[in-house]
Amino acid sequence: MSGHVVPVKTYLLIFFALMILTIATTGAAFVDMGIWNTPVALAIATAKMILVVLFFMHAKYTHGLTQVVILCGFFFLALLVAFTLADELTRHWGPQPHAWSAILLLARGVF
Amino acid sequence: MADSAVHNAHAHPPGFAHQFETMDQQRESATMGMWVFLVTEILFFGGLFGSYIVYRALYHDSFEIGSNLLNIKFGAVNTIVLIGSSLTMALAIHAAQAGKKAREQMMWLLLTILLGAIFLALKFTFEWTADYHEHLIPGFGFVVRPEWGAAGPHVPIFFCFYFFMTGLHATHMIVGIPILFVMTWMASRNKFNADYNAPLENTGLYWHFVDIVWIFLFPLLYLVGGRWGTH
Repeated sequence: MSGHVVPVKTYLLIFFALMILTIATTGAAFVDMGIWNTPVALAIATAKMILVVLFFMHAKYTHGLTQVVILCGFFFLALLVAFTLADELTRHWGPQPHAWSAILLLARGVF
Repeated sequence: MADSAVHNAHAHPPGFAHQFETMDQQRESATMGMWVFLVTEILFFGGLFGSYIVYRALYHDSFEIGSNLLNIKFGAVNTIVLIGSSLTMALAIHAAQAGKKAREQMMWLLLTILLGAIFLALKFTFEWTADYHEHLIPGFGFVVRPEWGAAGPHVPIFFCFYFFMTGLHATHMIVGIPILFVMTWMASRNKFNADYNAPLENTGLYWHFVDIVWIFLFPLLYLVGGRWGTH
């Protein structure tokens, strides 16, 4: 009848894991890992987020439909970032190659 | 007359609305509705995170200088305080779900409010005040320092992101704390039990979401610069 009740022990374990990860990510900032500092920091943050969503927010125990809604949120965030970067990071690319211009001229001729 | 007879025959548990088939369906509808709202919140913050990524790619060195100017102690302590408030929030919901007395639910809710208030107090009265005195607030006497070199003129962009992102996050907490007070009041009137605790559960979802935003703000703002050169 009533929903799944997560035991207090689970909450305490998750909290403990989140504390360890917080200390780990703070400590990692003091170590020079070259280009890997940001990926490591973001990987730890993502791990913390997954723990919070699954256990504190009960996503692990909720219905499948709600889980799909949750995944949709992250999917649309990924779309937002991916398309913004697809525009931004390709702006400095050179002018269109000759082959493209030829195709465009061809297309103009057709229509 | 006939209506009330039918009504009585069903013997609804308290908090059960007529449009639902079962308590389970009612609970799941509330949870999914809240998640749909949180999806819009993900994209609301996503706009800021997306532009942060673009500007960090454009002015990488300026962002590292800016990040190094933030006090990592405030960031780390506030992360621990906020995750702690997420734990007490989860325990408040647990108290209701496990059918514990109103007093225990209220105790955890008030602890959550206290930890949230400590977070905001640290942020506003210590951290932002220190930033002001160090001339790091764009538009309020920001001073570009000569030792930043060529990356200097774009350091204010990092601080714009810092204040808008932490500001929007703090705004969410300022909205959340009165909601937590309402939940405490509702708990004091014995509104929540093992069968019905949707308002409490949804407040928890909101509070944990705000916690997750901070979990990402902490590395993006305080840690990306790297600290090996400064300690």
